[in-house]
Parts: sequence; C-alpha cells; structure tokens
Amino acid sequence: MDKLILQYLHTDVLIAGGGTAGCYAALNLARNTKLHILIAEKAHIKRSGCLAAGVNALNAYITKNHTVDSYVDYAEHDAAGIARGDLLFTMSQRLNDCAADLERLGLVILKNPDGSYVERGPRNIKINGENIKPILAAAVSKLPSVEVYNHTSIIDFIVKNNTIYGAVAVNVLKPILYIIKAKTVLCCTGGASGIYRSNNPGFSRHKMWYCPFNTGAGMAAGMRSGAEMTTLEMRFIALRCKDTIAPTGTIAQGVGARQINSRGEIYEKKYGMETSNRLYGTVEEIIAGNGPCYLQTKGISPEQVLDLKKAYLNMAPAQTLRWLEQGTPDHNNVEIEGTEPYIVGGHAAAGFWISTKRQTTIKGLFAAGDTAGGCPQKYVTGTMAEAAIAAENIIKYHQSSAVSDDNIINFTQIAQYYQQKEEKYLTAAPGIFTIQDIEDAMQKNMDNYAGGIKTNYKYNSAGLTIACKAIVKLYETAQSLSAGNMRELTLIHELLDRLTICRFLIKHLEARQETRWHSFAENSDYPTIDNSFYKYVNSRLENGTVKIIYRPIIKRGEYYEHTN
Amino acid sequence: MSILIDRQQCVGCGKCSDICPGSLIKTAPDKKAVIVYPRDCWGCTACLKECPTGAISFYLGADIGGQGSCMNIEKNGYITKWIIRQPDKEPITIETDSRTANKY
Repeated sequence: MDKLILQYLHTDVLIAGGGTAGCYAALNLARNTKLHILIAEKAHIKRSGCLAAGVNALNAYITKNHTVDSYVDYAEHDAAGIARGDLLFTMSQRLNDCAADLERLGLVILKNPDGSYVERGPRNIKINGENIKPILAAAVSKLPSVEVYNHTSIIDFIVKNNTIYGAVAVNVLKPILYIIKAKTVLCCTGGASGIYRSNNPGFSRHKMWYCPFNTGAGMAAGMRSGAEMTTLEMRFIALRCKDTIAPTGTIAQGVGARQINSRGEIYEKKYGMETSNRLYGTVEEIIAGNGPCYLQTKGISPEQVLDLKKAYLNMAPAQTLRWLEQGTPDHNNVEIEGTEPYIVGGHAAAGFWISTKRQTTIKGLFAAGDTAGGCPQKYVTGTMAEAAIAAENIIKYHQSSAVSDDNIINFTQIAQYYQQKEEKYLTAAPGIFTIQDIEDAMQKNMDNYAGGIKTNYKYNSAGLTIACKAIVKLYETAQSLSAGNMRELTLIHELLDRLTICRFLIKHLEARQETRWHSFAENSDYPTIDNSFYKYVNSRLENGTVKIIYRPIIKRGEYYEHTN
Repeated sequence: MSILIDRQQCVGCGKCSDICPGSLIKTAPDKKAVIVYPRDCWGCTACLKECPTGAISFYLGADIGGQGSCMNIEKNGYITKWIIRQPDKEPITIETDSRTANKY
C-alpha cells in the first residue's frame, strides 16, 4: 500500500471525535438547527472514547441539599483555585438536565420510591452505565442531518489567519485521505493517555485508567495551529485498584471502605480528602515503608460482594475476574496504587483555553469534554453540558456573520501537501527503529524526568531540561518512521501528537514554579504553594517555540471572551 | 489483559473488528476474526458484547496477576450471563440485568 485515494467532504459543522461530548453535541445541534453535521470518529461511535467500556456512576450531579454554587465551590477547592469560575458555573447549571436527558434516551438510573435519584455520594447518582455509548450512538444514528464517518482519524486542522476552515483526516482501515471543508469545527477528541510509561509496561501496557486510544489528537492539532492551551501542568493521576487499574470510588463510596496502610492505620484523613491528596497520601505511605495500601473491605457481607462483582462487570470486568481468581474483597482488602499521569480536561483542567462560549482562540474552533481546559470535575454530565453549550454557540456563530468565506483556502494545494506527506510514511523503507521503539523511549523519558511513577510523580528543572531535549530529538527521529498499513500510519500520527503534547507539557511543568497540587504537579524545586502563582499557566506556539502566557483568574459570574 | 477468539465458534460476521476501539481485530482470509495486536487491548470488552456467538473471551495477563481464567458472555435480551471458566474448576456464572442500576 503506497497510494492514498483522495476524498473531499463538505459540512457545516465538523465534530472531531464521536465520544460522549461529540455524540451529545451532534444531538443538540440536530435538535435545534438544520445545519449539516459530520462526525469523524477514529473508532466506532458505538464503543469509542473513554466510555467504551461503560461508566460506574454519574459523578457530577447536584443532589438534594446541594446547589450549583456548592458544586463550583467543590471543584474550585479541589483544584486549589486554578479553575475557571465562568466555565464551572455555566456547566453546573445544566448537570441535572443532562442526567435527565440521558435517562430519557434510555440510561437506567436508580430511583427512590418518590421518583428522585438514589445518591451514591454528595455529587453522585447510581446508574447502569455499561451501555452509555450505545445509547448515545443510537440516538445519533436517528438524526438525518448527521453523517458519521467511523474509522476516520483527524490528523490536522485547516487554519488560516487564525480561523478554521476544516480538517484533514485519514481512514484507519482503508487507504483514504479526507479533506474535510467545514464552517465550524467542534473538537471532542478527548485527552491524552500514553504520555508516560504505564503501571504495567509489558504485556498489559494498555491496561490503564484512560482510554489508550485517546491520544490527544485534537489538542495536538490545535497546538500546531497556534491555539492557546491552559493548565496542562495539572496532570490527572488516578488512584486505582492494583494491577487491574479498576475504579476505587465504587468500593470507597459503595461499601464505605477507608484507605489503610499495611499496618492497619487509616491514613486518608492525615493528607486531606482532595482528589490529589488521596493519591499523594498513598504515595507517601509507601515511601515511608507503610505499604502496600488498601481499601479496607475485609468483613463486608456476601450480598455486598455480589453487588460489587456486578457493578464491576458493568464498567471494569477485569476486577470481577481478579476477585474470582485471587479471592473476594470480604476476605482480602483491595490493594490500591496510583496510575501514570494523563492530560485531561474532564477530571483535571488541561486543554484548550476557551471562552465562556467554549470557543478556542482559533475562530470557529470550539472544544468540549476532555479537550476543553479550565473546567475540572466535569465527568460525564459536565462533558454533556459543555457539548450542549458549545452546540448553542456554534448555532449562533453560523447565524451571525462570523462564518468566513473559504475562497481564500486552496484546498487542492492542501490535499497535495498531505497526500505527499502521508504517502512518504507509507513508502518509506523500515528503518532501525519501530513506532513502538519511539513510543517506549518517549514514555521512559517522561517517566524518569518529567514526574512519572518512577520518581513518585516528582520532577525538577534539571530533569525537565533532559526530558525536553529527548522529546525534541524523538520528534525528529519519528519523521522517518515507516508505516506498513493505515493502522500504522495512524499510530505514527498518535505518536507525533503525544510528542507534541509532551513538549508543551514540559514547558507548563517548568512554568508553574510551586507545588499547588501534590502528585499532580509535584515540583521538587518549589515544594510548597506560592500565591504569586494564583494564575493560569497558558501556552501557545509562536514562531516555532512554545510561549508561556500567564493569565489572571476568572471567577464565576464573569463572562470571558478572547481579546488578545 | 487481552482476548481469545474461538475459531470454531466465530461465524466471520466482522462485528468485533468493526467495534474494537483500537482496531486491533482483523479478518483472516477464511473470514475468521483474529486479534492481531493482543498487547494493545484495553480490556473494554466491546468485542465480547458485540459477538453474536459468544466466541470471544478475555483474560488477565500474567503481569497483572492473571491465573489463566477466561470470561465470556451470553446475551439474552436484557440479561447478560458472564461465564468464568477457571482452570480445574467448575464454571461460574454471574448474571447482570441492563434494566437495573448498579447498587453501588
């Protein structure tokens, strides 16, 4: 295979990525306009993105006795102030509507006799989330104005004069190059996994928290196009069940299990209950020689064990298999560990710097879900809320005179450029290094020098300098890789996207000269919080270099539009 | 963690290769499904749920403590039967009902 078939596609709104955000945005657009919508999805929208396997609960919900403001308070506190009040507030207003909409679409939510949802925690409700993606995909497939291109991976945005005109994509299975002309683009490609070496780098290297096929494609394409990014340094590191990397919240909240060390001491309160500190406490206990650490489940009832087994079958069946092979949680406490760091905007606040309308700094390019920064703790319902807000503003953008004429773009020239570039990978003779070799090298460098598992998530300026040099060199080496088929061509792009994110991430880690969040950004040169860093760390590619921009905190009630 | 595909039970419908979020399953010339990249499997079990004949099962890699058990599923309307086959033991079945929410 060495020749690519060229195909031009036209649409009003291109949705890059058909995960939860992408599908829900399509639904909201189709409900409210007649605009043509095209979803480009790397896998298949029925089971793609981070919810491919299902989800255990809706973790962003305003429960009884709580308010929109209390949700924003919680998220801001958990992020130690580095979150966007405007984004959190406008998202939180819609959380419950999104849950109700999901129920109407077919999601099963556990109810009390009075019809209210059963609460699992202060912000959580209980569901059967195994089929959440099939439910959303089925709703999308009924929409006549939405065209879905499965197995279609976005490799770049088409941007001129800081305005978007479409995107370039390749088919993952067949030799097709797509030039997609679009008036607006919504980026929903998800966050980035595979940046750092994972917990189990051997056979089970992909047994990770975040979807290993979410490689930060849209974020990296945005970075290359000069979009401003924010808070990449707030990495997300999940506290998970050892080996299976299955969720711990279901056990902690479901049966009230506490975090204990091997000496039987409950340690969680010692370090604080914020998301980062629950992880940090576990790391510190192990360093102090008090590991392994566990969730204390010994002695739970046989009914609780069966309910846990069923709950995990609905979201992480590996954990149920583990219990059947190695003993059930009533007999053994469940060992826990931290994962490698991920770059996500759904749990942490990394991603595109967006306006309150969810528009990026590139005109006509919007972002929602894990690609959208500044709005942590959004989870499933918050992602949906953000997709709905983006959809509303995309409609307004089309109604206004903001849509630019694409006559200034020479699509034929762009097609020729990409055809040549992609065919070069397909015709190159295999060299000394494979795609996997370069990926391993990238993950090792990030692990050793940019705060991975190896250093207990700590990093310093000396190490980051080494990591930066290595990443730049690996990016050069990756240019001469060879692809034997379309999947390998996709893997090359995923690798280049991850390397792009590494480059920006390292600059962000260097720029936040404090430790605002333990483990998530543990800067050992500056081990404490410094209030002069109560501001956002943003970045943008300018003349080939990553420029850091500090921006003041935006509070709830404010309305933010890009001005500079 | 990865999957096994029983060639005897595979009917070659191609649904698993279409659904796999990592495009890890291919169709052999005889139309039977093959997992080409077992190390790249996330363990989402989308393929098990899509397979009409229950030909696909998953297991835990030895590096994450797997002991050789395999799990596959039989779907019947709202009911999913998860069947776990352990070496030298009787199979265990756990049923989940898609109409009921997780208790936790």
